[in-house]
Amino acid sequence: MGLLSDPNRRRALTNLLTRLNAPICVVCYLAGVMWFMGLAFEPFTLRTYMSENAMGSTMVEEHFPAGERALATGREFAAHKKKVGGMPVNWLVKTMESRGLEVFTQSFTRKLPFPDENKERYLVRGTNVYGILRAPRASRTEALVLTAPCSQGNANNQAVGLLLGLAQYFRSQVYWAKDIIFLVNEHDLIGMQAWLEGYHHTNTTGGDWSPLHGRGGSIQASLSLELSSDVITSLDLVLEGLNGQLPNLDLANLFHAFCQKIGVLCTIQGKLQRNDWESTSGYSHSAQTMMLMVLKQASGRPWGDHGLFLRYHIEAATIRGINSFRQYKTDTTTIGRLLEGMYRKLNNLLERLHQSYFFYLMPSLTRFVSIGYYMPAFGLLAVILLLRALDLWVQLGASAPGTEDGLAEREQDPRFLPLLNKLVISHMTGVALYCLPVMSQEMAVQHFPVSETEAVVLTAIAIYTAGLALPHNTHRLLQGEGTEHGWRVLKLVALLYLAVLLGCTALINFSLGFILALSLVPIAAFITPPLSAAIMVLLSPGCTLLYCVLIFQELQETPVSLQDGWMLFLSVISQGILDHSLYGSLVYPLLALLIYPCWLLLWNILFWK
Amino acid sequence: MAAFRSNIFMLAFFLCGFSVFVTGDVQTNQMNVAETVFIDNVPTTETDASPPSVTEQSQTAEEKRLWEGTEVGTNLADGASDNKVDHVHDTMQATDAPPSPPAKDQTQRFAFDERIWEATNVEINLVEDAPPIRDKEADEADHVLDTMQTQDFPPPSTAKDQFQEELVIKPLHSGDIYASFQFRTQWDTDFLLGSKVSHYRLFPKSLGQVISKFSVRELHISFTQGYWRTMQWGQPFLPSPPGAELWVWFQDTVTDVDLAWKELTNVLSGIFCASLNFIDSTNTVQPSASFKPLGVGNVTDQRFLRYAVLPREIVCTENLTPWKKLLPCGSKAGLAVLMKSEKLFHSSFHSQALHIRPVCKDWQCKSTSWELRQTLNVVFDLHTSGQGKREWSLFKMFSRTLTEACPLASSSKVYVDITDNPQGELFELSPATPLVSQAVVLGDGRTYSVYDLTDHATFGQTHSLNVLLRWRAAESGEMLRPLLHGERYVAGYGLQTGEIHTLVYNNHPYRAFPVLLLDTVPWYLRLYIHTLTVTSKGRDNKPSYIHYQPSKDRLQPHLLEMLIQLPPNSVTEVTVQFERALLKWTEYTPDPNHGFYVGSSVISALVPSVVAMDTNNTQERPLFSSFFPCKEESTYFMRIYTEPLLVNLPTPDFSMPYNVICLTCTVVAVGYGSLYNLLTRTFQVEEPSQGLAKRLANIIRRLRGVPLLT
Repeated sequence: MGLLSDPNRRRALTNLLTRLNAPICVVCYLAGVMWFMGLAFEPFTLRTYMSENAMGSTMVEEHFPAGERALATGREFAAHKKKVGGMPVNWLVKTMESRGLEVFTQSFTRKLPFPDENKERYLVRGTNVYGILRAPRASRTEALVLTAPCSQGNANNQAVGLLLGLAQYFRSQVYWAKDIIFLVNEHDLIGMQAWLEGYHHTNTTGGDWSPLHGRGGSIQASLSLELSSDVITSLDLVLEGLNGQLPNLDLANLFHAFCQKIGVLCTIQGKLQRNDWESTSGYSHSAQTMMLMVLKQASGRPWGDHGLFLRYHIEAATIRGINSFRQYKTDTTTIGRLLEGMYRKLNNLLERLHQSYFFYLMPSLTRFVSIGYYMPAFGLLAVILLLRALDLWVQLGASAPGTEDGLAEREQDPRFLPLLNKLVISHMTGVALYCLPVMSQEMAVQHFPVSETEAVVLTAIAIYTAGLALPHNTHRLLQGEGTEHGWRVLKLVALLYLAVLLGCTALINFSLGFILALSLVPIAAFITPPLSAAIMVLLSPGCTLLYCVLIFQELQETPVSLQDGWMLFLSVISQGILDHSLYGSLVYPLLALLIYPCWLLLWNILFWK
Repeated sequence: MAAFRSNIFMLAFFLCGFSVFVTGDVQTNQMNVAETVFIDNVPTTETDASPPSVTEQSQTAEEKRLWEGTEVGTNLADGASDNKVDHVHDTMQATDAPPSPPAKDQTQRFAFDERIWEATNVEINLVEDAPPIRDKEADEADHVLDTMQTQDFPPPSTAKDQFQEELVIKPLHSGDIYASFQFRTQWDTDFLLGSKVSHYRLFPKSLGQVISKFSVRELHISFTQGYWRTMQWGQPFLPSPPGAELWVWFQDTVTDVDLAWKELTNVLSGIFCASLNFIDSTNTVQPSASFKPLGVGNVTDQRFLRYAVLPREIVCTENLTPWKKLLPCGSKAGLAVLMKSEKLFHSSFHSQALHIRPVCKDWQCKSTSWELRQTLNVVFDLHTSGQGKREWSLFKMFSRTLTEACPLASSSKVYVDITDNPQGELFELSPATPLVSQAVVLGDGRTYSVYDLTDHATFGQTHSLNVLLRWRAAESGEMLRPLLHGERYVAGYGLQTGEIHTLVYNNHPYRAFPVLLLDTVPWYLRLYIHTLTVTSKGRDNKPSYIHYQPSKDRLQPHLLEMLIQLPPNSVTEVTVQFERALLKWTEYTPDPNHGFYVGSSVISALVPSVVAMDTNNTQERPLFSSFFPCKEESTYFMRIYTEPLLVNLPTPDFSMPYNVICLTCTVVAVGYGSLYNLLTRTFQVEEPSQGLAKRLANIIRRLRGVPLLT
């Protein structure tokens, strides 16, 4: 710090920074992007390894024999489901009881803020059924959970069948040290949310559920099973949970280890592992896998039923059976053995899973990028904001000594008052964007020929676009504008604000922070009044979302036309709002209340007169 | 815990070292007792002229041989004659008491004979495989002779002691089976009077010395592995919380109770090979109302009570072995042969306990005698132990059958609960037994089939008893819901705060009753006692009595006792919020991410009897007997335990503390210091200082009035 306390050297340093500011920023941006893309390159990443001793060296043997019987149970379940037209609660209770479990039910009611058109539901009533396998000579302090959703239509019947088959098999084993809870949840995540809130007696989102009567202590780990066909070709592991939370990496390692041991094809993001990292296609394969993970994590929504467990510090993942056109098929007995092995290892845990990483990205199932490797990519982007802010600060400081001190002080008020106005107005717009769509849906439906969901989404888009007109309207009301000095101060504030916002976001959810930084940092860094408004709009948060949707579809190898992309974009907005109100996802409020106002501040600079 | 294994031997030596009666550990002590008593018993057959009812050629021969052996023993053991005569006298009184009805007399005599016959069986089994029987027999006799001669036979004692054993088998509605052993040793002596008690017969010496050394009035200790599932299994005969529980009432003569408690826990830790030495002031409380003395006596000052639970204690064979050694017959004979650890620990629930208390000596209760009750409760699982078949036998449960009673026991019985099965429609019990006993257990009249092990006929032709229960119906009827049960859990998420919920269910349809709730919470969960709420049926339920003792960090736990009235057919919810403390880094356990345990809360209640709720009048009963619902007792005492809690505390990452500490310190020192410096100072360009010569020149110039040099 001697460097900074010496005025001469400090001056030299600031001179350097201001003179070379733009090139440095460009280099940083490119370096950040390059670094990020390099993360998918195999030699730069680490191989996964099991950190938890209790799961590593201990050997377990899998003997689950009853795959066929499980499928028969699944068919029986399907028949009862069809007969009842929903969850066959009585049948499930009886079946679980006959397998020697303690069975409990939980009913819940949830009224969505507006109808969910993807899943066609508005007022949701359902019942969760769960059976607890009490471990012998255990004192109900620890539990493991296995869940299977009771989905509509013909999906996931095999999962429930396998769950019941495993319950029966597990019940006759003696080695359990933790209670095992077998849960069949109705209405996927809504049921899961009700069950978890009931289990932990919290109510974060205002649902209405009946209290639980049976518990197994603190839940250590959970797996969620999705299986819709009698045979599968591969198992897909889904890790991304609510708000981009991930389970401990050891859970993924455990899954991978057992897939290797039993000989099941396993994928992550639906992508198989490839061994040709040297080739371009090999690299692009792993880059795609990683990008998919980044996009899913950035969305902040739970990508499987496991996603809600993570809030309660329960390590959870979803295992999804995929049946494609490959030759090599795996039967239910094998999947049962895989799950048995995983549960036996989880049963051996002495402590919660904590040894391995909680923050990581996976370019493939055997490779991971830890937080120490990916954070520099974001850091390189974030440093641009600080450099620009420094530059502005120096410029402002350089112009200030020109005037006399007293004059500068007198100028303080007109300098900061309009700034405050702009801050408040931007944030009011943000609040409007956050509240109005849901609140004004009825009014919108009365006046326009649209459904409630469309009303919400279109209101949101309307408010978003209306925010763009703000600078024109507010200019007239306020005075003391148009100075060179004014926009510089505004930009300085906006830059620092954005840096803090993105920094905090990236700490919690790296992917979201990075994607926002990718689009927002360039405009924040290089915006000056004459900059083209088109670029500004194209890099706004809303458009970023649209690009993400399109890229996501592209990466999933289901490309869509722009028309379909737009429809998807609309449904993504409605899903985002629903995720927030149903499960407490924070992406929508973050975008509406903080990122969008921040972007509006920058937008104001554009129309500075 | 294995470290304590050596402890117990050291301790056994320490306790028994000065005794002349004992050569090795506790086991040999008991076997010696067995031998001497065996000799005592023989003359009773001499006085009783009646021969054994069942006599086969070989058995009589062996009996004769035994007689010879014992005669040698008794003839040579002159020192023992006093005692023997005493005993003979006693039995004479017992058997030939004039006013007793002849039938009873007959059975009693018969019982005595049988027991002796059983006792001889032990000897037979021992020598059976050795061909030169005569020599072996002589050896036996010699051995008896040796013990008699080398060890001073104890002086005649007026103290009477007796030992009873029983096993209750209760088929549960879930298909599981509950086996409860009870061993009761009663001794008319006083450990606390001036004279030191040095002769022990049936009562274990190690415990007797503990009682006298620490002036213990009552001692209750239980080791439990598993949680009693009240909703599936009903009420246990003796409830106990998971882990180890110890509560002790000291005599009011003890001056420093804390010191006595500390030493006592360490001694018991050695006796039972358990981690009881982890009991210290941070987990010991003095409940004001929940734990009253169970024996006679009128001191109820809580200053002399100590209560502690170790919810994390694991119970295994190392705890079972010392517990078994306290029995007069060890695990050599009687019901205790069933206690094979590979089966006992292949169960859903395992609980072993030991209770010492003073009880009335006779109906006048002018003096007290000491009672030692050892209990062992096991529940075998239908699916894992029973292979899913509703068919239970002693062999299936314990992989042993019964062949004899403990020769030292005055009564030895096996009870099978047949209340739900009066006509044998639910299950078939074989071998059939004519004896039936009625008892009121936990407010409910129960019927039991009784197998008297002291009766030779019980064992039948095969010389072994293997009680077999075979179900006729696949389903056993609905269980009456337990009137009282509780559950507990931690609510909330995150590592800062949380909420403990305790739910107490009163399932009685129309009776309200009060319960005492005792909660002990470690100090590192800081209870916000102002958030304590008690609600039943959606309304605030004000406890009529609250005793709260706040915690002191690292010194004492929270103690919360409340008397709550439970409305009929209701759930009462007690909630209290807490904050998780950040421990010092040396205070974490080696496995901090496992979590920290909070012991079970204890719910004690006087519960209305279920007899009144008996609605199915299928049983043939006279009308006059069934009008008033209350049969024997209108209420009964019940204590239940909730599950313990596992709570995660905020835990630092211990994987690389060194790196973290180094890095943090460096950053703080360098970064903070200089940044602070930068922010608080104003920097000014200072003119370069002048040289010394110039300054001197200037001083001179100033004096001269000449313009200064620059």
